[in-house]
Order: sequence, then C-alpha cells, then structure tokens
Amino acid sequence: MKQRKLSNSRRRFLWTVRGGMYFATALTGLLTLFLVAYVLIQGIPNLSWEFVSTKPSYLSGNIGILPDILNTVYIVIITLLIVIPLGVGAAVYLTEYATNKRLVSVIEYAAEALSGIPSIIYGLVGMLMFSNTIGTSLMAGGLTLVIMNLPTILRNTQESLKTVPQSYREGAFGLGAGKWRVVRTVVLPGCIDGVITGCILSVGRILGESAALLFTAGFAHALNGFVKGLGSAGATLTVALYVYAKEQGEFGVAFGIAAILLVLAFGINLAASAVTKYYQRKNAV
Amino acid sequence: MKSKQNLLENVVHSIFLLLGLVTVGCVLLITVYLVVSGIPAIREIGLVDFLFGDTWASTAAEPKYGILPFILTSVYGTAGAIALGVPIGFLTAVYLAKMAPQSLKEIMGQAVSMLAGIPSVVYGLVGMMVLVPGIRKLFHVPDGASLLAAIVVLAVMILPSIIKMSVTALEAVPKEYEDASLALGATPEETWFRVSVPAAKSGIAAAVVLGVGRAIGEAMAVMMVAGNAANMPSLFQSVRFLTTAVASEMSYSSGLQRQALFSIALVLFLFIMLINAALNFFLKGEKRS
Repeated sequence: MKQRKLSNSRRRFLWTVRGGMYFATALTGLLTLFLVAYVLIQGIPNLSWEFVSTKPSYLSGNIGILPDILNTVYIVIITLLIVIPLGVGAAVYLTEYATNKRLVSVIEYAAEALSGIPSIIYGLVGMLMFSNTIGTSLMAGGLTLVIMNLPTILRNTQESLKTVPQSYREGAFGLGAGKWRVVRTVVLPGCIDGVITGCILSVGRILGESAALLFTAGFAHALNGFVKGLGSAGATLTVALYVYAKEQGEFGVAFGIAAILLVLAFGINLAASAVTKYYQRKNAV
Repeated sequence: MKSKQNLLENVVHSIFLLLGLVTVGCVLLITVYLVVSGIPAIREIGLVDFLFGDTWASTAAEPKYGILPFILTSVYGTAGAIALGVPIGFLTAVYLAKMAPQSLKEIMGQAVSMLAGIPSVVYGLVGMMVLVPGIRKLFHVPDGASLLAAIVVLAVMILPSIIKMSVTALEAVPKEYEDASLALGATPEETWFRVSVPAAKSGIAAAVVLGVGRAIGEAMAVMMVAGNAANMPSLFQSVRFLTTAVASEMSYSSGLQRQALFSIALVLFLFIMLINAALNFFLKGEKRS
C-alpha cells in the first residue's frame, strides 16, 4: 500500500520538532558526559592516599583533606540523628493523628515553603539563630541542615506511610490495641523504606551543600574527634572545595575534591534508585 | 488501668503534635528573624533609596546602599537561564517521555539524576575553569567572569528539575487522548506537541517556576563565575546577584552594612515566597486536571 504523503507544512513541523528533540537530548547527554569526564580527568591525578589521609600543614605546604572528610561525616551523622525523629514524628502526626484538615494543610504548606527557601538564606538565618548563640561550629551547621532537610524526610516518610494498608491498622485496632501501640507496631515498621530513601536524599543534599554552611560551620581544617569536632568550626568537603578554588587558587586540590564528590553523588543516586526499586518489588508482592 | 492508658495515649498524641508543629515553627522563625533583622537598615536608608538606588558602595567613605543593580541582575540572570534552559529541558523531556526507546530513557534518567546530584560548587569550579576563559577568548572581552557565564551555569543547573518534572507531567497524560489524536490521523509528533503538551501544561509550568526558584536562589556557583562587582547588569560585565551580594560581604561586614545585607536577604526571601505561591497555583492546577 502506498503511504499517503503529508502536506509540506506538516512535514516541516515534523522535522523541526524531531530535530529539536534530538538536538536537546543529545546536548543534555553530552553536557553531563563532559562535566563528569572533565572533573574526573582533572581530579583523579590529584588523588593519592596521602591526600585523603593527612591534614593540611603550613610548615610543609602539604594539603590533605582528612579533616574535611571527617567534618562531612560528623555533620551528616548529627544532622540525621536530629532530623529523623523530627521528620518521622511530623509525618506520623500528619497521617495517623491529625483530624483537623486546616492544621494538616498548614503543616504541609510550611514543609513546601521550607523546601523552596534557598540555601544562602538558611545560612544567614542559621548564623543568626545558631552561630551567634552556640558559636560557629559543626553543631550550628548541623542544626541549620536539620531545618533544610526536614521537608525531605517528612515527605518521603509520609509517602511510605500512605502505602501501609488501612486494613492492617483496622486489624490491630480490632484486636484491642491502643492508638500508640498500633503506631509503634504496625505503622512505624511500615515506613522504614521511606525513611531510608529520605536519608539517602538528605545525605546527598548535605554533601552538596555549601552556602548554608559557610557562615554557620566555618572553614577550619582542624583534625578533631566527633564530640570536639561538633563544638568547633570546620569545613565540609564542599566548603573546602570552594575555599581552595576561590580563595587560595589551589585548583588541583579543588578538582581532587570535586572528583570525590562526584563519585559520592553517583553512589548516592545508585543507592536511592536501588532502594526504591527494592521496596517497589517488595510492595508489589 | 483505663485512665493510665488514656494518659499515655494523650502524652504520645501531644508529642507527635509537637513534632508536627516543628516545621511550622521553623518557617515562622525564619520569617521573623529575616523581618526583624532586615527592617532596621531599610528604615535607615529609606525604602525607595534602598530598592531603587542604583549605586552600592558599602565600604566607601560616604556609603551608598542601593540594591537595584542586584535586583536587576537577579531578574535578568534568571530570565536568561530560563530562556536558555527551558527550551532544551522541555524538548528533552518530550523526547524522553514519548519517543525514546526504553534503554535510552533509563540511561538519560541516570544522567539527569547525576546532573541534579552534582554539588553547585562543582558547577562553579568547572564554570570558572572552562566557561570563563572560553567567554574571554570567544568574545574578546577583558574578563570572562560575567553575567553571561552565570546565565549559562544557571541554565545547566536548572535543567534536571525542568526535565524531571516535565517528564512526570507528560507521562501522566491519559493514553486515550493520544490514541484519539492518532486515530484522527495526526502524526505522533503532532500528537505529542498539540495534545500531550497542552494536557500537561500545568505540570510543565510548575517545572518552569521551580527552575525560576532554583536559579534565583543559587549562590555559590554564581559567586564563582559572575565576578561579583556591583555593576548594573550587562551581558559581558562582572555582576552581583542578590544571593552573592549577601554571601560576598557577610564575612567582614559590620554595623549598617551588615544590616543592609540582612535587608537584601529579606528582599530575596520575598521573591522566593512569590515564586512558591506561583508554584502552588500551578501544582493545584495539575491536580485538578
């Protein structure tokens, strides 16, 4: 059968949009490829065991990023420790306890507002609220990040609570369990996948954060233990990258850190999609 | 026994209520802190002089605090990033949602997630090392750290949010709409652009607004490529955004200068709240349709 020919104007439309789509997608793909390849090529030659296992010293001119790595770990731990109970509790309240529709929409609106606020504003407010009271420290930075990541944990937990079947709750109530017992034994175990996804996303966000930390956690490179570290100022990897690149002109070091951050970001993406897939399959069964 | 049980339930209920209210408390605290610390400088300088003054000379002997250059730079920079990033993101999203084979779709999905996961300072670093010298050579200007460099970096940074959100919106379009259009003799391309896209327009609009919010709030990447001189915006000149105005002087400011920085943050905050309201409007539109 002979195919009917399209009119010229329709054909022109077809090829224009097709060309546009191919071009745009290729550009997006190549851009990503270029960014990743460029950073890795520039960064990996600067990586060595010494680079990640020593601290910077003015005497020998050595630049090591061990303190920055540890600071990042500390700040991730302290942020998650505080934000998980807050976020999960809020999500449980919203899905299990709240009866007042208006209050629910106020809380949800507040969470949305929090996720839209730019990190530089968090940095400023964190400085006023925390650094001016407890001093510029990892703790102040961590508390700032808690507010920032609250919506992420809240929303992910809420989503997974919605997947806990209503019949489970009814069954538990029918057996005579009180509300708190139902929440503790039926609801909370059901939201673990949401909490894990939220945590992974939060870790990604904390790793990439710089503007909110610059004025709250400072940019020192001292080597400290966990407790002492929380009380003193310290740069995370991202902040250290910024300081080395913008203020000290140490681009080799900056690219080295950038390469590490990129690999971490990639790992976090993989973990997030793996967890999502795992729980989707589990829930489907 | 019964009353003990009730007491426990009530205590637990109030604890959860308290945790739920933390979010609201945070938003209120942030707002109050910004307003309280932002108002004094505006009062001292005068609202009109502050918002529409065209010179920012905070360290001069006779300091001037006009933030019009920052406001205009932020608006132009965001507009530029949107003009550059939205068409690319939109076309990529249509391709990925409708046309791409499954394997390519998965690979590109990973790429877009990667793009979203790259920290902003890394964008700034690459911009500093590649884009800024590139612009200097390409356009024969003395310094490549300019509004143009910031626009390009921001355009790349908003791509992932635009693509992800538009793909979600496009995939939610009911298949019946497209089948009907195809059955009437439209080509697949005509169907996607004249049926699917209009059906997903709230979601796509929300994606654009999200991009605007991202671009206007970005600080570190912009700080590394825009040069940070308080000029009126011009494509090849060093400029300062609202965000970078706050960040660049914060560490050494004091007195009225510091207060003025808080006022700038307040202005930025109001911009963001407006954008959030717009975002909510479009998201509600999507839910309705």
